[in-house]
Parts: sequence; structure tokens; C-alpha cells
Amino acid sequence: MLPEAAHHAHHPALAHQFDSLGQQKEAATLGMWVFLLTEVLFFGGMFLTYAIYRAWYPEAFAAASHELDVTLGTINTVVLITSSLTMALAVHAAQLGQRKLVLWFLVATMVLGAAFLGIKSVEYYHKFEEHHVPGPGFQFEREYFRHAQLFFSLYFIMTGLHALHMVIGIGIMLVMFWWTWRGTITRDYYSPIEISGLYWHFVDIVWIFLFPLLYLIGRHGS
Amino acid sequence: MTDHILPKRVYYTIFGILMLGTYLTVQIAFFDLGRLNTVVALTIAVIKATLVVLFFMHVKYSTRLTWAVVLGSIFWLGIMFVLTMSDYLTRAWLTYG
Amino acid sequence: MATVILPPRHYLNDGYGITSWLLTRDHKRIALLYLAAVTFFFFVGGAFAVLIRVELATPAGDLVSDETYNKLFTMHGVMMVFFFLVPVIPAVLGNFLVPIMIGAKDLAFPKLNLASWYIYIIGGLFTLYALVTGGVDTGWTFYAPFSTVASTTKVIPTALGIFITGFSSILTGLNFIVTIHRMRAPGMTWFRMPLFLWSTYATSLIMVLGTPVLAITILLVAVERIFRFGFFDPTLGGDPVLFQHLFWFYSHPAVYIMVLPAMGVVSELVAAFCRKPVFGYSFVAFASVGIAVLGFLVWGHHMFVAGESVYAALVFSILSFLVAIPSAVKVFNWTATMYKGAISWDTPMLYAIGFIGLFTIGGLTGLFLAAVGLDVHVTDTYFIIAHFHYIMVGGTIMGYLGGLHYWWPKISGRLYNEMLARISAGIIFIGFNLTFFPQFILGYLGMPRRYHAYPPDFQVLNVLSSAGASILGVGYLIPMIYLMWSLRYGRLAGANPWGAVGLEWTTTSPPPTENFTETPVVTWEAYDYGAPVEGHVA
Repeated sequence: MLPEAAHHAHHPALAHQFDSLGQQKEAATLGMWVFLLTEVLFFGGMFLTYAIYRAWYPEAFAAASHELDVTLGTINTVVLITSSLTMALAVHAAQLGQRKLVLWFLVATMVLGAAFLGIKSVEYYHKFEEHHVPGPGFQFEREYFRHAQLFFSLYFIMTGLHALHMVIGIGIMLVMFWWTWRGTITRDYYSPIEISGLYWHFVDIVWIFLFPLLYLIGRHGS
Repeated sequence: MTDHILPKRVYYTIFGILMLGTYLTVQIAFFDLGRLNTVVALTIAVIKATLVVLFFMHVKYSTRLTWAVVLGSIFWLGIMFVLTMSDYLTRAWLTYG
Repeated sequence: MATVILPPRHYLNDGYGITSWLLTRDHKRIALLYLAAVTFFFFVGGAFAVLIRVELATPAGDLVSDETYNKLFTMHGVMMVFFFLVPVIPAVLGNFLVPIMIGAKDLAFPKLNLASWYIYIIGGLFTLYALVTGGVDTGWTFYAPFSTVASTTKVIPTALGIFITGFSSILTGLNFIVTIHRMRAPGMTWFRMPLFLWSTYATSLIMVLGTPVLAITILLVAVERIFRFGFFDPTLGGDPVLFQHLFWFYSHPAVYIMVLPAMGVVSELVAAFCRKPVFGYSFVAFASVGIAVLGFLVWGHHMFVAGESVYAALVFSILSFLVAIPSAVKVFNWTATMYKGAISWDTPMLYAIGFIGLFTIGGLTGLFLAAVGLDVHVTDTYFIIAHFHYIMVGGTIMGYLGGLHYWWPKISGRLYNEMLARISAGIIFIGFNLTFFPQFILGYLGMPRRYHAYPPDFQVLNVLSSAGASILGVGYLIPMIYLMWSLRYGRLAGANPWGAVGLEWTTTSPPPTENFTETPVVTWEAYDYGAPVEGHVA
């Protein structure tokens, strides 16, 4: 039996089906990557739908996109990318066994995530006030009415699904905070932080694509 | 599996590039480049995403299997896009009457 | 010969009481939880089939109204596809066998495995709720804009049920992929794995790549119904054909989720009952992965008459011809395995041979349909229905029954009554062909699918089909009885009643909870029937 395995044979974090912490970490990491693969296909279906309708109705989509707040969208992009930085730093601290630093960076990530959601809510509220929510109350200039409504349907579904993933991500970070607080996360066993980070970065990547595709269509006119 | 621990300055550098990319994306959007607008915006997005994947998600230092999963997901997304577009882009080719 | 005794401690008596089952992490118990659930859903789907065939015995649409008939074939399809065919072999046989076949103690994520079962049950409950509160009439294919705008039936609960169950599929596939990559016993290289594992791996790839697209599509249908967004509604600028692209992107690979595991079972059965390694092992292994990959490139063949561009149709047509090749490779290789093999005609082998014959017919008719010119004439007729039932029932279900019989001694520790089992296999084979072969002719003659009234000229063939269905039903019921009976009164099986080669046959029947008393070290090739079998028995 490998010395590493013998040493970790009684490690509290080692699950019974694995022979070593190393095997467990590899399995967990691969599992998260396969899960992210499913998320790529999940969001991918929406991006495909978006691509087709944008190709069909370019002017209406541009007109509708102008009604989104570029400033808030840009701020949100900065917020989310910063949260990815703090997440990466949290993993880094975990690798070095720096418990306090992990806790701070997890908090920073959660705060930035919450800020993102807060700004998003403000944007949603604006859209509601401006009658840009698809449905009976929808209002838009006559020429682009039908297809602008399609744009906003895509906007709400895509950003809504993304926001849902953010909420879940914050929930995961709360659990990670708790595990780090009570000492479950150590220099030897930090893969939960690492794979939570993978999830968080993925949600960031979705936004990296959502932002230009939704907010920046045909902006040169304005 | 060796756990590659990246120095923090790598993370800060990538962060800087991502910020620069965001700034450029927004600025370029306000110039009329015709159809290139979309191409440029998506190119910058792809570069940003690649940096996040390679460095924040450590894929540059990961196993071949991880690379296979990442590339596979992009490839499969590509299949979905390309074959669907093969319908939409060619519908107008054949007109009747 | 030593008297066979049950091992004192095994996974079935390792803990009693309902919570030891409902909160189990043991992949073998979870497999049995799935067995109970899929059997239940099979009967629900089967009940609808009975009603359909009774209605179709007469030309007039007189048993039920048009709207009700729409609900019958919809619910039959939904139950059978999503709640039986997709999960059955992976979740029952796969869950039980994957860890044992690679020499591991359990799957990579046992708790996730249990969660998969609960998710499956919750999805099933949503769908059952829809069923008992009025049903759905859109067809299992949920085409827009009927499903999103016009249908007045329980589309949303059904869509939600399928959405939720999709996660069960994804998580099972994820679990299998990680397990096969990371938990093989020492010496168990990829090319020493039994071919059932290659098929399961390929199936898992499809599950994780395709099901998410079904998820987003179903979500969009539900959202569109609730909020009237217009993604698939032409009056709002949407495209109904886009729904079909997104739907079939999953649903075509889904048919490979249904048939690949059955092919994996057949590989095991043919090797065991010919006492020979499978001919061309690596070709069969690569063919499994090839089917999984190519299966994603052909979905447009479901849309030849839907309004898709004819150029795209031709591309999909050519690719559909290509996907037949790896399947054919497997059929050739199984046949070559049987050549000069020491064939024993036990029940599992009867099912395997049945699979090979019926899958060949189903697959060949698939090739006919891949040709656009022919498909245009027989699409939406009974020819299509016959084609897919040959694969799903003649293929998947025969494979499942063969596997269930083969591994039943391992799962239960008991032998079933071989005479009754062979008779049942024969009844099933006859009943199946009598049910579905006439449907090829009916479709060719022009009888449309999803119609419950038809011209009197078609009655003879329909009556033959309905008669066949009743025989098939009897054939399915008999195994239920003798398998249940064997649990209590069957002869004890011992570790290796078939004298087969494979890690599962080296441990006790039933296996201990941790599968092996010691982690096996594998030094032999798959299907190593050259060496004396005793050397592999624990």
C-alpha cells in the first residue's frame, strides 16, 4: 500500500470508496469539470437561440439592446471579474493552509456576488418601470415591437438563469465558509474550495459572453 | 498529481488583462466597424474566457483529461451551432417558383 | 461438488428496515431501488399501450375520443422513453455492475447516486400528477407551437417532470464517467475492461452532453407557455423548427442512450455463452464511442419534412448513413464471436440472439429512413413506429431481460427456473414480431401514426398487431412471477453459476456490501476463456 495512502487511511475527510485523498481529489475535480461541461451545453442552447434571432432581427435587437444600461452592465462585469480574482485568491490561500485568508477571500467573493445581484435587481426594476418586461404590459416603438419583445424575453431568461446560478454559487460559498471556519479545510484537503472555485469561474465566463451580446449591440449609433 | 500553486502575481496580472479587455470591449462598441463589431466583441470575450480557464481555473496546469473535457465541451457546442446553422443559413438557397 | 451456501453477510442483509434502503449509499441497493421504480413506470407506460392496441383493433375511433387518444400515445411515449428506456439498463444493471466490474467498492459519488434516484422519483411524481389530473396530448415530442400555445393539457407539470428527471440522467452519467476514469482496480486497464463498461461509458458521455440541451428546451417550452415569450411562436417572431432542432439534438442521441447499454449487455452474454472472447474487442470498444459521437451529428433526419433546408437535410442524411457503420461492426463481431464458439442456449443467450436479429432489422430500416427520398413517403406513418419499436423493444428490452437473467444469480444469490424463462423468451419473441412486423407493412401502405381511426382495409394487419401485443404482454408478465418466486424458493446460485469470466463472478452471490473482501489485482485480459475458469473464482 502506498505510504501516502497509509498515512491518509484514517484521514477524516477520506471517503470509504477511495483509496487515497489524491484519488478522491482527482475524482472530485473531474466530477466538477464534467458538470461544467453539462452547463456549457445547457447555456449553449440559449446562446444558439439568441444567435438565430439576432441574425433574423438585427435592427430590432439593436434598438432593444440600447435600452439596457451599459454603465450598470459594465460595472457588473467588473464586479464579477473581481469576484473571480478573490475566488482564485481564496483557493490559493487554501493551498497554503492560510485559513483566515481563505475566510476573507470567500467573504469578498460573496459580497461581490451579492453586489452583482443587487445591481441586476436594479436593472430589472428599471426594465419593469420602462415597460420592457415581455407580456401584456410590454411597450416599445411600433416598428420593432414584436422582435424587441423577443430580445427582452431572451434577456430575462439568459440573465435570469445566470443570476440563479449566482445565487446557488453564493450558497456554495456559504457552505465553504462554514467548512473552512470549523477546520474541515486544510492544506491537505482543500479540493472543495477548488472545485467551488471552478463553478464560480464558469458562471463568470457565462457573463463574459452575455455582456457584449446583450448590452453592446449596434451601440455605435448612440 | 502535482498541485501547481501559482504565484499571486499571476492572478493579479490576468485580472489586469481582463479589466483591460472589458474596457476595450465597451469602447470599441461605440465605433462603427460594421459587421466587425460583433467579431471583435466576441474575440475579446473568447480571449477573456480563455484566460479565466487557463489561469483562474488552472487548466494550463491540469491533466490531459481535464483538457479533453474542456475542449470536448467547446467542440460539442460547436456541433450544435454548426449543424443547426447549416439549416438556417441555407434555407433561402432553394426557392420555389 | 461442495454444497452452495449463501454468504453469511452480504449487501441484502447488511442492515434491515426501510431507512436502510431509502438512505443507502450502496450502489447495489440503489440499483434495486431503480429496478422497482422503472418496473412501475414500465407498467404505467404499458397500460397506455394496451389501451392503444385495443382501440386500434377496430377501424373506427370508438373506444376513446380523439383528444383522449392523443393523450394515450403521448403518455405511452413519455413514460416509456423518459422513465423506462433511458434509465433502465444504466440505472439498474449499470449501477449494480460498474463498481464491481472495475474492482471498486462503490461509485465515485455514492450520495450523488442516491440523490439521482430521488430526483428520478420526484420527476416521475410530477409526471404522474400530470397524468392523473388530465394528461398531456402533445405527443412525447412536445412540438411547438401546439405544446406552447394551443394545447390545453398538463404540459407544464409534464415538462417539469421530464426536466427534473433529466438531472437524474446527467448525474448518473457523471458518476459513471468519473468512476470509470478514476477508480479502476490495479491492473484493470481500459482495454481489459468488459465491453459492458465501454458501452456504459459511451452512454454516459451521451447523457452528460445531450440531456442539458433537453433541459433548456423543456424549460423554454414551460416558460413560453407561462409567459408567452415567443421563442417558438411564429406570430411573435419565433421559429417552431428551432424547437425541433433543440429537441432532437438530445432526443436522437437519447435513442443511443437506450440501445448502447443493451449492446454492452449483448457483448457480455455472447462472450459468456460462447465461452469465447468477443471477436475484435477493440473494434467493439471503439464502435461504442463512435456511436456516441456520430449519434450527435444526425438529429436533422427527424426533420426532413419539417421545413429544414434541403441542403441541411442532405448533410444529415449522409451522416445518418455513417452512424450505421459502428452498429454494423458490432453485429458482425458478435456473429464472429459465435462462430466456432461452444454455444449454450440458456435464457440470456436466447435474448442476446433475439437482440442481434431484431436490432439488425430495426437498424436496417433506419438506413431506409436515412434516405431522404424514402423518408418523405413513410415519415409519420407506422413504418417509423415499427422501426423504433424494433430497436427499443426488440433491442433494448431484450438486452435488458437478457442482462437481468444473466446477472440475476449475482444480484439475488438465487437461480430462476430456466424452463419457464426459455418459454417466456420464446413468447416474447413471437409476441413482439407479431405486434410490430405488421406495422412496417401498415406504414408502407400509408397508415399514419397517431391516428386512432383508419380505413377498414388496414384492419387485418392491426388485429394481428393487437393480438401480438397481448401475447407480448403475457411474455413480460411471466418473468416477473418466476423472478420474484426465485427470491424465496430459487436454488442458491453460488459465486459463478455460468462459469463465466469477469470480476463480478469472483465475488460471492450476493456480493458483500464492499463488493470484494480484498481489492482485486487484475492480471488477465477481458473474456480470458483460454485459462481454466476456476482460477478466476474467489
